[in-house]
Amino acid sequence: MISYVEAIEHFEPVIGLEVHVELGTASKMFCGCATTFGAEPNSQVCPTCLGLPGSLPVMNGAAVESAIRIGLALGCDIAGWCRFARKNYFYPDMPKNFQTSQYDEPIAFEGATDVVLADGETVRIEIERAHMEEDTGKSLHVGGATGRIHGASHSLVDYNRAGIPLVEIVTKPVIGPDAQAPEVARAYVAHLRELLLALGVSDVRMEQGSLRCDANVSLRPRSGGPDQPLGTRTETKNVNSLRSVERAVRHEICRQAELLLAGGSVTLETRHWHEDTGVTTPGRSKEQAEDYRYFPEPDLVPVAPSPQWVDHLRQTLPEPPGERRARLAAQWGFSELEMRDTVGAGALELVESTVACGASPQSARKWWLAELSRRARAEGVELADLPVSPQQVAELQGLVDGGRVNDQLARQVLDGVLAGEGSPEQVVTDRGLEVVSDDGALTAAVDQAIADHPDVAAKVRDGKIAASGALIGAVMKQLRGQADAARVRELVLQRLT
Amino acid sequence: MSGDLLKLTAADLAERLAAGEVSSVEATQAHLDRIAAVDGDVHAFLLVDTEGALAQAAEIDRRRASGAALHRLAGVPIAVKDVVATKGLPTTAGSRLLEGWVPPYDATLVTRLRGAGLPILGKTNMDEFAMGSSTEHSAFGPSHNPWDLERTPGGSGGGSAAAVAAFEAPLAIGTDTGGSIRQPGAVTGTVGVKPTYGGVSRYGLVALASSLDQAGPVTRTVLDAALLHELIGGCDPLDSTSIDAPMPDLIGSVCNADVRGLRVGVVRELGGEGYQAGVRARFDESVGLLSDAGAEVVEVSCPHFDYALAAYYLILPSEASSNLARFDAMRYGLRILPETGPDGGVPSAEDVMRATRATGFGDEAKRRIILGTYALSSGYYDAYYGSAQKVRTLIAGDFEQAFAQADVLVSPTAPTTAFRLGEKLDDPLAMYLNDVATIPANLAGVPGLSLPSGLADEDGLPAGFQILAPATADDRLYRVGGALETMLVDRWGGLLLDHAPVLAAAREVSA
Ligand SMILES: [Zn+2]
Repeated sequence: MISYVEAIEHFEPVIGLEVHVELGTASKMFCGCATTFGAEPNSQVCPTCLGLPGSLPVMNGAAVESAIRIGLALGCDIAGWCRFARKNYFYPDMPKNFQTSQYDEPIAFEGATDVVLADGETVRIEIERAHMEEDTGKSLHVGGATGRIHGASHSLVDYNRAGIPLVEIVTKPVIGPDAQAPEVARAYVAHLRELLLALGVSDVRMEQGSLRCDANVSLRPRSGGPDQPLGTRTETKNVNSLRSVERAVRHEICRQAELLLAGGSVTLETRHWHEDTGVTTPGRSKEQAEDYRYFPEPDLVPVAPSPQWVDHLRQTLPEPPGERRARLAAQWGFSELEMRDTVGAGALELVESTVACGASPQSARKWWLAELSRRARAEGVELADLPVSPQQVAELQGLVDGGRVNDQLARQVLDGVLAGEGSPEQVVTDRGLEVVSDDGALTAAVDQAIADHPDVAAKVRDGKIAASGALIGAVMKQLRGQADAARVRELVLQRLT
Repeated sequence: MSGDLLKLTAADLAERLAAGEVSSVEATQAHLDRIAAVDGDVHAFLLVDTEGALAQAAEIDRRRASGAALHRLAGVPIAVKDVVATKGLPTTAGSRLLEGWVPPYDATLVTRLRGAGLPILGKTNMDEFAMGSSTEHSAFGPSHNPWDLERTPGGSGGGSAAAVAAFEAPLAIGTDTGGSIRQPGAVTGTVGVKPTYGGVSRYGLVALASSLDQAGPVTRTVLDAALLHELIGGCDPLDSTSIDAPMPDLIGSVCNADVRGLRVGVVRELGGEGYQAGVRARFDESVGLLSDAGAEVVEVSCPHFDYALAAYYLILPSEASSNLARFDAMRYGLRILPETGPDGGVPSAEDVMRATRATGFGDEAKRRIILGTYALSSGYYDAYYGSAQKVRTLIAGDFEQAFAQADVLVSPTAPTTAFRLGEKLDDPLAMYLNDVATIPANLAGVPGLSLPSGLADEDGLPAGFQILAPATADDRLYRVGGALETMLVDRWGGLLLDHAPVLAAAREVSA
């Protein structure tokens, strides 16, 4: 495939993002069933979310409130009156064979939100709409090679997810960023995550599917000028990590560019993103797409939030992420770059909590952005999903600050914490990792080292202070690293000078 | 003794139960015996729950004996249309697709029936998914009109009406989407009420057209209807469209029925061409009686009613096409497993859905699903579904204007008396015309009551008189219905049903 640089030379990419957010309400959108992730299949179901004959939906007020707050946080207008609609299509994981959704009357519309890129540039993303809908069940295809329906011998359906409230946030076409489109796509989704987390409306875990992204990509030839219409788009479904958002958009830009440069044309279709191979493959073509026969849902009454309520929700919105970042940067004394890296790593909340547990801001930042980020990458998990809490990180730093462990030991303590061996204190005790702070023991080790390396000791005595490193190393080795190197150096020099 | 029990109104039976003159087990057994004797001919029931009904009756007798405070209708047995979900009792909605489905939950109205201690005799026959006006579209064979077994008892709730008319049950539950309670009431000489939309919970009603469906009472007297209506009506948090306001006093309105000074509007558009002369004559007589009793009779015009049938047959199929989509063989009900898929391979879920729906739905259901799917399709939506909704708004406007001139509106319930089985089966339009006078109320959500107005001269079969009131003013139906019934019963020297022919099977049993 052609390179991204070449693709961008010939074409201007235009992207659009549709993000589905599973709300964190205790019960489902239209019934009282629980929404706990990972429960026994089909254990959180009732006549309504199973679509049994005669069952009826009842609106979850908390879900409506969350949807309105999301709309407000994205600068949207809130509908004074809107309805749900039925989106009709047949699929085994759709209990009613229609999805109760919003169609031409979304609860929130016409907003905008400012996204900060890694280089500090701000891009304004315009929001077309945010609407409410219910999730479908989940199909599990058994017997095929890939878990896909093709080749499967049979399928199982789990309806626990059916009826969980979703908010779908749809951007207008994003035209400005040009070559930066993949980064913008990623930054926008990261920004949404941060915003939704701050709102407390969802746990926004992409790997669990509580935030799912569909990316629309189209290209326009550079030769066509700025007023030309948008090219034919593809919609890449279920891009489920921040990294994948960027990769999928980049891939799709290259794929389409190659197609167009070869004289072909882009097919209007949905495509599937393959995390492992980094490519998209065609799904349903939009020409043969179904006619969803939307009509207003007669089993529900219209949603008509009072202006007073909406005002109240507006006034009680959390601090916008941008303002919050500025405030925290000032409070913590972080440089712009340090702050950006912290946000970029998805570590803002973690650092904040760690500081709240008593760690200094710089030490908290270092733990999360260096050691822990490295480990998260190695494990292939999100930073927040590492089995270590901000409380534990703060405690660990406390051990370092108190001189009870050195940096090297601290990393071993962390190993223990991540392995589920308990709190840092516990790990230090169980693994016997504390530094030797008894000067008697240290002095004995120093004397031993001097005795073992008389030539090195002589050099130091002769004023070659730099040679003392070999002696310090020998002491540390002797004590299996469990010593404060600075104190060892002091003792060595005391003995020899 | 058991013959006496059968002829009692629900109110009278309730009184005897309360006085301890008869037990619920006796009353229930009497009706079960009657069902055993005549239902072979009438076929009002799809399922008779002998054991369950007797157990409920025994339970209520125990509670009564222990001195517990009971609902007025406690112990009075009832039949429930098979479109209503009953926990543990198969519910088919008259369709093969649901054959064998046993709901794991009760409809709200069933919860109320059980709570009040009304033994459920069984589930009554109906047109498949309530689509029809004769029960001939039932997948399990038609019901027969007790007045003439060669004729239909109307539909879709013909089973409930026939059961009550044949004295197989003193009370029944019906549902009315375009007339399915009132039209069967008219052609069987019974009383049927479609409450204000939102007046009775729809939770647990297998939905036909969600914006039109209402459950209501099927009885032999207006007072019995009021008693049952008050029991099943009222707000239900499980139905978002349920009205969150206290119900008016329905029973009181029957007991103090007085029409003096009341303005009764005769709807010009419901009664001209197409209405049988004998039906028309009984209607005029009843209007005359109301006038004699002091009502002020005025003529009102509802010009858009002429478009009601057309609008209804777009809105109903549209909603039905979506409501019936869930019958896909995936979770419950009928499953037809084709040997192979279209390509000769293993059949897919889609193949199973297609085969099941092709086999399971009857012709009328298919006809309406196709109609509705078409009406909602992109490119046709505005012309069909959209226009129909506009007509619906205009009809609601007609009602509003008419109710500015009259307190209630009246018309014949159905244009004709009961027609012969098979007579209209191959002519859907003729079948649809049965509901021409009842449909406007469903489109506007206003309540309607049908009561017998007498026998048509041509064929000696019952005709129905329809009363319509503004939304939430269901009490007016009972006030006018109660007053008219009193005058008619006076004339007839008893209920119209007392003039019904004795059923053959019943004659054999008593002989
Ligand atoms: Zn549920």
